[in-house]
Amino acid sequence: MNIEELYQELILDHSKRPRNFGPLPEATVTVKGDNPACGDEVELAVKLTPEAVEALKFTGHGCAICMASASLMTIKVKGKSRAVATEMAEAFRHMLVTPEETPVPESFGDLEVFRAVRRFPQRVKCATLAWRALEQALSAAPTAPVSTEEAD
Amino acid sequence: MDNAATSQKPRAVIEGLTQYYERDNSNVHRGLHELSNRATEAYEGARARLAKFIGAEAGEIIFTRGTTESINLVARSWGEANVGEGDVILLTEMEHHSNLVPWQLLAKRRGASLRFVPVTPEGVLDVSNLDALLEGPVKLFSFVQISNSLGTINPAAELCARARRAGVTTLVDAAQSIGHCPVDVREIGCDFLAFSGHKMCGPTGIGVLYGRQEILEAMPPFHGGGEMISTVGFHESEFKPAPYRFEAGTPAIAQAIGLGLAADYLDAIGRPAIFAHDQALARLAVDHLESIPGLRILGPRCERSGLVSFVLKDAHAHDVVSMADQYGLALRGGHHCTQPLLRKLGVPASARASFYFYNTPEEVEQMAAIVRKIQTFFA
Repeated sequence: MNIEELYQELILDHSKRPRNFGPLPEATVTVKGDNPACGDEVELAVKLTPEAVEALKFTGHGCAICMASASLMTIKVKGKSRAVATEMAEAFRHMLVTPEETPVPESFGDLEVFRAVRRFPQRVKCATLAWRALEQALSAAPTAPVSTEEAD
Repeated sequence: MDNAATSQKPRAVIEGLTQYYERDNSNVHRGLHELSNRATEAYEGARARLAKFIGAEAGEIIFTRGTTESINLVARSWGEANVGEGDVILLTEMEHHSNLVPWQLLAKRRGASLRFVPVTPEGVLDVSNLDALLEGPVKLFSFVQISNSLGTINPAAELCARARRAGVTTLVDAAQSIGHCPVDVREIGCDFLAFSGHKMCGPTGIGVLYGRQEILEAMPPFHGGGEMISTVGFHESEFKPAPYRFEAGTPAIAQAIGLGLAADYLDAIGRPAIFAHDQALARLAVDHLESIPGLRILGPRCERSGLVSFVLKDAHAHDVVSMADQYGLALRGGHHCTQPLLRKLGVPASARASFYFYNTPEEVEQMAAIVRKIQTFFA
C-alpha cells in the first residue's frame, strides 16, 4: 500500500486546520493524553451532561495522524449520547488493531479513512490517542491522564 | 541512515559469532576442558582488544550489556559508596535518558541533587560557568561526548581536566563517539567511560565500562553471583578483584568476542578516516537540507558529528519518517531519548539522519531529495 493513501486529503486538511481546537471554558472534564514514544500531546476538554457529550475541544501538538484524528473525533462525537460515544471509541480502536475488515458503526462516516493506519502499526498509537482521552473522560475516573504506553 | 540507533554488522563479526558457537562454545573461567580454555582465551582476548581500542589496561575493562548498564553500574556501585545526602551530581542538559535517569534514581536514594551544564539555543554546552558549577559538594560530572540528538561534539578532555582540578570524578558517555572517532581514555583523562558494542559494528547485548584501576579496586560489587567471588560461605563471601568482581554470572561470551572483532574491523579502516567521512556526509546533508523551505536544522552550525537532526515547519517528524520509509529511507523520528533537551529547544520531536562509513554522498543527496518531496507534500 502506498503511503499517500494514508495521508488522504481529509487527513491533511484536518491536521493543518484542526476543528474544535482551543480551550473549552465550560468543560466539566479535562484529560491529558500523551504518547511518550514520540511526544504527541493532546489535552481534551469535554462538557458532559448526565446523558451526553454536549461539547468537546482539544489542544496540543502531534503528527498529522494524531491531530486529524482528534479533530475528526470532536466533530463526530459532539452531541452524541455517552453510550454512543463510548461505542464509537471502542469501534475506532477495534478498527485499527484487528487484521480483518470489520464493520464500523453507521455514525462513523468518513472516520473510516483511518482504517489505513492499520497497515502502519507504529502509527496506531498516534491515531488512537485522542480517543483514549475521550474514553477516559467517559470513565469512572475521568481526570486521570492517559498514556499510549499503558496496556490496552 | 539510522546508525546512531545501531550500526550494521560486518561479515567478519557475524562469521566470528558463528565460528565461536560452532567450534569453541563453552562457559568461561570454570571448565578444565579444552573448549572452556578456548572460550576463556577468546573472551579474555576480547577484553585485551577492547582495552587497546580505548588506550586502557585489560583490568580496567568491565563487560556489560551496553552503555545503559555501564552507567547504572557506576550509579549503583560507585554512587552508593561515594554519594551521600546533600551531594551533587553534575550532568549536562543534552544527556540521553540513560545518563540522566540512573542519576535521578541515585539522587533520590541518597538525598543528593542534580545540577546541569546548560545548552545554548544553538545546541552546544555553555561552559562559561563550569568552574562555578563544579564547586561545592559535587561528586561526579557525567556527560556525553557526542550528542545523539544534535551531533554536538563536546570537548571531553577539557571538561575532564576542569573537573579534575575541582576534585570531581568524571564519567564520559561514549555511545555515539566510540565507533566513529578515536577515543583514548588517557587523552580524555576520564575516570569512567561507557559505551555499547552494537553502535560500533558489534553484536547487541554487549558493552563496556572502563574504570580507572584505583577507582575500580575501591568499588563494591554490582550484581552478586557466580564468577565474581573468590570464596563463598553461607553468610559471607569474598570477591574477586576488578574487573571480575563486576561480572556476575555467565557473561555474554560470544558477543564480547564479536565486539573484539568489530574493534579489529574499525581499526583496519581507521577511526580518523571514518570520522572524516561521517563529518563530510553531515556537511553535505546540511548543505542540501538547508535549501528546503521551512526546514530547520538543530545543533551546531560548524563542527558536528555524522548526524543531522531537523524539523519541518509543515510536517511532524513522525509523518516525515513514515513517508521516508516508503522510499526505503530509514530515518529516526521522535525525541531521541532526550526529552528534556528537545523541550528546552522548543521542539516536540525531530527527524534525524545519522551516517556511518558505508553511507555514500549519493545516498545523502537522495535523502535530501526525499525530504524535499515530503516537505512539498505536506506544505
